[in-house]
Amino acid sequence: MSAFDEAIARDQRVEPADDMPEGYRKTMIRQIAQHAHSEIIGMQPEGEWITRAPTLRRKAILLAKVQDEAGHGLYLYSAAETLGADRGDLTRRLIEGRQKYSSIFNYPTLSFADVGVIGWLVDGAAICNQVPLCRSSYGPYARAMIRICKEESFHQRQGYELLLTMMRGTDAQRAMVQESVDRWWWPSLMMFGPPDADSPNTAQSMAWKIKRHTNDELRQRFVDMTVPQAEALGVTLPDPELRFDAERGHYHFGQPDFEELRRVISGGGPMNEQRIARRRQADEDGAWVREAAAAHAAKLAEVAR
Amino acid sequence: MSFDDAYQALTDHDDDARWAYGTGFTDPLAGVPSEVPPEVDAADLASYCLMLGDDALILSHRLQEWVTRAPELEDELALANIALDLLGQARLLLTRAGQVLECSEDDLAFRRDTTDFRNVCLAERADGDFAALIARLFVLVSWRLAAFDRLTGSRDAMLAAIAAKGVKELTYHRDYAAQWVVRLGDGTALSHDRMATAISAVMPATAELFETHPVEERLAATGVAVDPASLRHEFNAVLSEVLTAARLWPVPFAAGTATYPPGRHRGSGGRDGLHTAGLTGVLVEMQSVARAVPGGVW
Amino acid sequence: MRHEWPLFEVFVRAKRGLNHVHVGSLRAADHEMALHHARDLYTRRNEGVSIWVVRSDQVATTDPGEKESFFEPSGDKVYRHPTHYTIPESVPHI
Ligand SMILES: [Fe+2]
Ligand SMILES: [Fe+2]
Repeated sequence: MSAFDEAIARDQRVEPADDMPEGYRKTMIRQIAQHAHSEIIGMQPEGEWITRAPTLRRKAILLAKVQDEAGHGLYLYSAAETLGADRGDLTRRLIEGRQKYSSIFNYPTLSFADVGVIGWLVDGAAICNQVPLCRSSYGPYARAMIRICKEESFHQRQGYELLLTMMRGTDAQRAMVQESVDRWWWPSLMMFGPPDADSPNTAQSMAWKIKRHTNDELRQRFVDMTVPQAEALGVTLPDPELRFDAERGHYHFGQPDFEELRRVISGGGPMNEQRIARRRQADEDGAWVREAAAAHAAKLAEVAR
Repeated sequence: MSFDDAYQALTDHDDDARWAYGTGFTDPLAGVPSEVPPEVDAADLASYCLMLGDDALILSHRLQEWVTRAPELEDELALANIALDLLGQARLLLTRAGQVLECSEDDLAFRRDTTDFRNVCLAERADGDFAALIARLFVLVSWRLAAFDRLTGSRDAMLAAIAAKGVKELTYHRDYAAQWVVRLGDGTALSHDRMATAISAVMPATAELFETHPVEERLAATGVAVDPASLRHEFNAVLSEVLTAARLWPVPFAAGTATYPPGRHRGSGGRDGLHTAGLTGVLVEMQSVARAVPGGVW
Repeated sequence: MRHEWPLFEVFVRAKRGLNHVHVGSLRAADHEMALHHARDLYTRRNEGVSIWVVRSDQVATTDPGEKESFFEPSGDKVYRHPTHYTIPESVPHI
């Protein structure tokens, strides 16, 4: 048994300098990079509302939250770089459409209620996905996930608190919240990926302890946790099939439109083009700045020599 | 950390030290007396807090516009931090003004019109590029740091406490901006040109910072405010030091020659509510949601 | 395409009396920038009182292949541990 297999079998962490199968390294880089890209692209839908937040407290909260997502992206790129990946290269893959990110961020944000609903449902779903990743077999990824999960706890709570407040407000605000929930519910369920039957990589990822639960298990967990929260909030989740199944001890829910998920993942979502274009623009517009800083540093190093 | 209940796991905070996870947040104004000091005109104090508060609020807005657009992700975080600090200063100052005017920080931020804002016009201009952002940030926070440094001794205890908190933040902001002025000034031929252009573009608008407004004059006399004219020397010293290191000194403009938009003249600028179209744009955006939902609670 | 800026490793001291702990890495053009970035990235929640940054390509590490010769020889020196010694319960403060 190789040292790698032994570490996996004993539930120990694999660390950067260890020998590891090339497939593991590649899978790990891809998974971490896609996760990092999702954090960075995920800044955009909510970022658009920072300048428009209706109170200064909400403005500060939202700015801090969106900033956290940039931090999460960086923790993750940093983990990917321990595997020999280069952030410049990963960014290139993202803006050339060669590497994917979470489908959810390809939907537009249409009202300020979306800020609350994203915190509650999207960050909530992300938390369900991410908490098990704190035990990922790859050490730097697992450690980044712990830090991220701790920071995420405020994201979900601020979203839910905003919705609670809005539900206590005017009729127009309550309608705004319901309309937003109607739009985000199904895309949130899609965040867990295709159903297990159509998820070919799951078995290998589970064997390598990169993944700890299947997509369907996590989706069920999310629904079970969210339904009571929706009731407490006083909103209706837009699924006529939703009911508690006493026999299974879980909520039964309808099938998300996985055809839509496939379309959005492969670039056909309402906002795919804008999201990537924004990222590309920032990268291109910033090139002269990064080059200037590098040139200045090189001059300083020259002087020091 | 427990793994069976995802949310439970997030509230397990016993291993915080292991992860260098922050604790110990404090209220900077806890226990600070809020009475207006004797012989101080309360309306003047409110106006002065609006001047300093609006500067921070509007500059923060311009920085918020850079979110998702910064040249590198690390700078995304840095700019957001500065924007958050300035927003925090704005909130404290608007709250102080609101104590006198009997209204909330949000009433002041979201329910005033353009002509009620008291920020300098320098805060409201849009940034053409990263060099413009850095140039404006550098001059504005250098001025603000000099002012706050004096205000830590203000006879208004609230203002003094707000300034003491702000000085630490602004020291970092000035450092961040100054480092970028030097990097861009010294970096490549292209960045040198862009930084030089940005500095020359921003300099004329700095004149307004040093014009003593009657409110400042009265409050300075009672030991509450700082007379901005007295900050010029310190400001120029910082400017020449940083711009020299950036190979951008001397700047191609005559000190003290301000250019004003049509219809404006010396002594009638942002502090009196005379603004450029830049502020109108900022406010349309900033106040859009708050104004669209009458009676809304957030 | 490589990133324009080199990689730095970041170490944060959470509070006085604790060691600096490795928290991750970041990109910066020079050390000064790396310290600024480390402050903004890794101490947003009041997490630190001191930061070290070091260029990643300047860090020397042990070779995992030499793990046995590096670390196992200290594994049998049980007499270095206080619990190796039996002291009667009646003896105080030891
Ligand atoms: Fe995140
Ligand atoms: Fe989040």
